[in-house]
Amino acid sequence: MATIKTSIGRREFLKSSALAGGGLMLSFSWLAGCLPKEKDALTMPKEWFELNGYLKIGDNGVVTIMSPNPEIGQNVKTSMPMIVAEELDVDWKNVIVEQAPLNTTVFTRQLAGGSQSIRQGWKSLRMAGATARTMLREAAAKTWHVPVGEITTEASVLHHKPSGKSATYGEMVSAAAKIEVPKEVELKNNSDFKIIGTSRNNVDGKKIVTGQPLFGLDYRKEGMLIAMIAHPPAFGMKLKSVDDSQARSMPGIKDIFTIQTFPDDYAQQWCDVTSFPSLVVVVGNTTWEVMNARKALKLEWENFGDYNIASTTFWGTKESIKVPGGLENSTQHSQVMAQLSAKPGTVVRQDGNPQAAFKKAAKVIERTYTAPFLAHNTMEPMNFFAHVTDEKAELVGPIQTPEYMEKSVAARLGLPLEKIDIQMKRQGGGFGRRLYGHFLVEAALISQKVKAPIKLVYTREDDMTFGIYRPAYHALYRAALDADNNLIGFHVKAGGIPESPLFANRFPAGAVENYLAEEWSAPSNISIGAFRAPSSNFIAGAEQAFLDEVAEASGKDPIQFRLDLLDRAANNPVGEKNQYEAKRLAGVLELVREKSNWAQGQPDMHRGVSAYFCHDSYVANVVDIVMEENKPRVEKVYCAVDCGIVVNPIAATNLVEGGTVDGIGHALYSGLTFTNGAPDQTNFNKYRLIRQREAPRAIDVSFVPSTVDPTGLGEPPFPPVIGALSNALYKATGKRYYQQPFLREEINML
Amino acid sequence: MATYTLTVNGKKQEVNVDAQTPVLWVLRDHLNLVGTKFGCGMAQCGACTIHLDGTATRSCSLPVSAVGEMEITTIEGLSDHGDHPVQKAWLEHDVPQCGYCQAGQIMSAAALLKENPNPTDEQIEAAMNGNICRCGTYVRIKAAVKTAAQLINE
Repeated sequence: MATIKTSIGRREFLKSSALAGGGLMLSFSWLAGCLPKEKDALTMPKEWFELNGYLKIGDNGVVTIMSPNPEIGQNVKTSMPMIVAEELDVDWKNVIVEQAPLNTTVFTRQLAGGSQSIRQGWKSLRMAGATARTMLREAAAKTWHVPVGEITTEASVLHHKPSGKSATYGEMVSAAAKIEVPKEVELKNNSDFKIIGTSRNNVDGKKIVTGQPLFGLDYRKEGMLIAMIAHPPAFGMKLKSVDDSQARSMPGIKDIFTIQTFPDDYAQQWCDVTSFPSLVVVVGNTTWEVMNARKALKLEWENFGDYNIASTTFWGTKESIKVPGGLENSTQHSQVMAQLSAKPGTVVRQDGNPQAAFKKAAKVIERTYTAPFLAHNTMEPMNFFAHVTDEKAELVGPIQTPEYMEKSVAARLGLPLEKIDIQMKRQGGGFGRRLYGHFLVEAALISQKVKAPIKLVYTREDDMTFGIYRPAYHALYRAALDADNNLIGFHVKAGGIPESPLFANRFPAGAVENYLAEEWSAPSNISIGAFRAPSSNFIAGAEQAFLDEVAEASGKDPIQFRLDLLDRAANNPVGEKNQYEAKRLAGVLELVREKSNWAQGQPDMHRGVSAYFCHDSYVANVVDIVMEENKPRVEKVYCAVDCGIVVNPIAATNLVEGGTVDGIGHALYSGLTFTNGAPDQTNFNKYRLIRQREAPRAIDVSFVPSTVDPTGLGEPPFPPVIGALSNALYKATGKRYYQQPFLREEINML
Repeated sequence: MATYTLTVNGKKQEVNVDAQTPVLWVLRDHLNLVGTKFGCGMAQCGACTIHLDGTATRSCSLPVSAVGEMEITTIEGLSDHGDHPVQKAWLEHDVPQCGYCQAGQIMSAAALLKENPNPTDEQIEAAMNGNICRCGTYVRIKAAVKTAAQLINE
C-alpha cells in the first residue's frame, strides 16, 4: 500500500443544502451503467457535505464527484471520477458526476491536450478520494471509540469488524466533515481496485442520445444575441474597408463593427494563435438573420507584407515569430519542401558514422513521404458565449485550455483574473483545435461592445478557413544495408511548413549503429497548431511504411525485423537519449502478432503491420485489406495497446477504435490545399472525411496487462495505423503509397 | 417574414420567420430544440438529421416554407423516455465519444429501421453514409443499429 502526501489545503467546512429541496428526483440518465429505468432514479440528499473540492457526499450516501478537465470526447468525464470513486470506495451507482468549475488552486492542469488528463490527474484524483475516505474512517473511529486502523470500508459502508459496528458514508459524513484534512493518506493496492479496470458507460450517455443541451453551441441565456465574424478570404490578406450599408438595414440586425482580437503590441500566449486579428462582426437576433446580413457586407481586403509577432511558447520562453507576407500556393509549398529536402538540414542527432555506413553499403533504399495541411473539423464548429460587463466577464463554451484563455481574456479586456469566469461545456470534438481560443477573446470583445450577452457562432466555412491547421510535412528516409542485408545505417531528414515533424530520439534511434536525423522548416503565414498527435500523425506512418520496405529488401518478416531492432535497442542501445522503452514497444508488436494470428495469414487477406510510441503510450496495428470488385476495403484492424493500467476498458476500447478510424480516414481522404492564400476546401463537399462505408468492418483492440500508472489514449492510436494501412495497401495493390491523402494517387477504395 | 404552423414532435407550433429559414435554425433558435445539431449547413454531414413524415431529412437545407403539413420529429421527440430501441442500443454499446453527431446518427438509424427492420451490413452502410462522425465511432454505430434491429424484432 502506497502512502501519498495530500496537497488539499484546509478548507472551510462547507455544507450546502440540497439542490432544490430534499425531494428532487434525479433521472437515472445522470448515471453510468444500465439502461434507464424510472425506478432507478436517485433521491437527492437533504444536505451535502463537501469533503474537498473534488467531491461532496449527501446525508443519504449519494456522492457528487467533480470531473476537473475539459471533456472533448476522450471520456474523462467518466474515467476521471472513476479514479476518485475507487479510492473513496463508493458504489458507482450512487455517484453523480458534474463538470468542475475552472479552479486552478483546487484542480491540477485543467487542460485537454497531449493525452495527459489521466496521466497527470492520476495522483491528485486518487488523493482526493483517499483523503475523503480517510476522513470518513477517522470519523467512524472517533464515534465508535475504536482505533482508526480497525475501520475498513466497502462500497460506501464503514465497518468495524471486531465490534460488528457499521455505518454508511451518508450516516458518517457530517462527522467526517469536521475531521481535519489528513497530511498523508494511504492509497489502495492495484489488486484491490473494484472500479478502475471495469467498464463504466459514459455518464452523459442518456443526455447525448436524447438530445439534451450539453454543448457550447446549445447554450443560451435570456437576452442573448447571435454574433458572427467575417475574416479575410485568404492568408496574407487583411481588412481594407467595410461597406455595411445594406447589411445594417436587414431584419434582426443589431450592430455591425470591427474588432481587433489582439492589438499589435499585445504579447501573445502560445494559445493566442490567429492569422486574422482584425475582423468584421455582425450581431443580430437569430443565426439565420446574421448569416444573411453577413452575406450582404461589401468587404475589401488587401495583401500585407512581412510582420513579427511577440509570443510566449508553451514552455514559457519568449519568442518573436516572423510571418512572411504574400499569398501562398500548395504547388509552391511542394516545390519549396522538395528543394529544402535536397539540401543539408540541421543535424538533431548523429550516432556512429552514418556517412561511412552509406558509402560502404551494398544496398541503399531512399524514399520520400509527404502529407498536406489538415483542418481539425471538429463536428461542433467553434463558438463561445460571452457576457461582459464592467464588473465581470462570463464565458461559456468549448475550450481545451480554459486556464490559459482566462489569462488572455483578462489581459485583453483589462480585467483582473478573478473577474473572468469560464465555464466548460461538453465539446463536440477537440483534436487540438480548441487549444487555441481566439474565439473566446472575440466573443468577449463583441459582448463588451454591444453590452449584451452574445453567442459567437462560426459556420463550417468559417471554421475550416480560419487556420490553425496541421502543418504540411515532408520526410526523406534512407537505409543502408550490407551484403548480408543487415541494416547498418539509417538517415531521416524531415521538415514541414512551417515546422518539422521529426522526433530524432524515437525508434529506430537507439537500434541502429549509424544514425543521422536532420530537420528543416519553411516559414508561412498560414497559422498552424497541434492536431491529434502532433507531428507523430505524419512521421509514424512515413517511418513505419519505410521500415516495411527495408524489411522487404532484407528478406525479413516485417514484425521480426522490428523486433530484432528493438532487441538491440533494449539490450545494447545506441546513444543515451532514446525516448521510448524498447521492451514495451516490442510488447505491443508481440501482442498484435499473436492476436492477428500473423503467422497464419489468409490467402485473400492483405496484411500490413506497424508500431509506434507517442504521448507515453505504445500501439501496434495489423491492418487487413480485402479486394472487392478490384477495390481495396479495410476488413479488420488489430490494435495492441500498452497504456499502463486501463481505467475504463469500454471507453478505452472506443477511443482506440476511433483513433484507428480517424487515422485511416485522414491518410486516405483528407487534405487542405491553397490557391493564392485561400483554402480550396471550405466545407465537407470538398474536404473529405471518412464515412461509414469506408470504415473498417471490424476493429479488435487488446491491451497489454499492466500495473504501470496509466497514460493517455486520445492521440496514440491515430499515428501508427497509417503505416499499417499503407503496408497493407501495398500487399493488396502491389503499389507503395507515399503521398497523403493516398486517394490522390487514385486508389479507388471500395 | 411569414407565420408558419409546424407540427413538431406531435405539437403544433407557430413561428414567424423568413420563408427561407432552414428548419434547423427554426428548431434551434425559435423553438429551443437544440438536440438537432449544426455541422455543415449544406446537407453533407448529417448532424442536423430530423424525420419529415418519418423520412430522414437534413434540416439545415430544408426551408421552413417547404414543410407544409408534414410532421417534424426531432431527437427530443423520438421517444417519450429516451427508450426508442435505437437509443437503447446506443447506450448499450456506449457509442458516443464527443457525442455531437450522435443525434443525427440516431435519427438516420431510426428512419432506416422503420423502413427496413432487417437491414444487411451494406444497407446499414448506405443509410448511415451521410452521417459523419469525426471521432470515428462507425464500428459501434453499425453494431448498435444491428442491436436496435433485434430489439425491434423481439
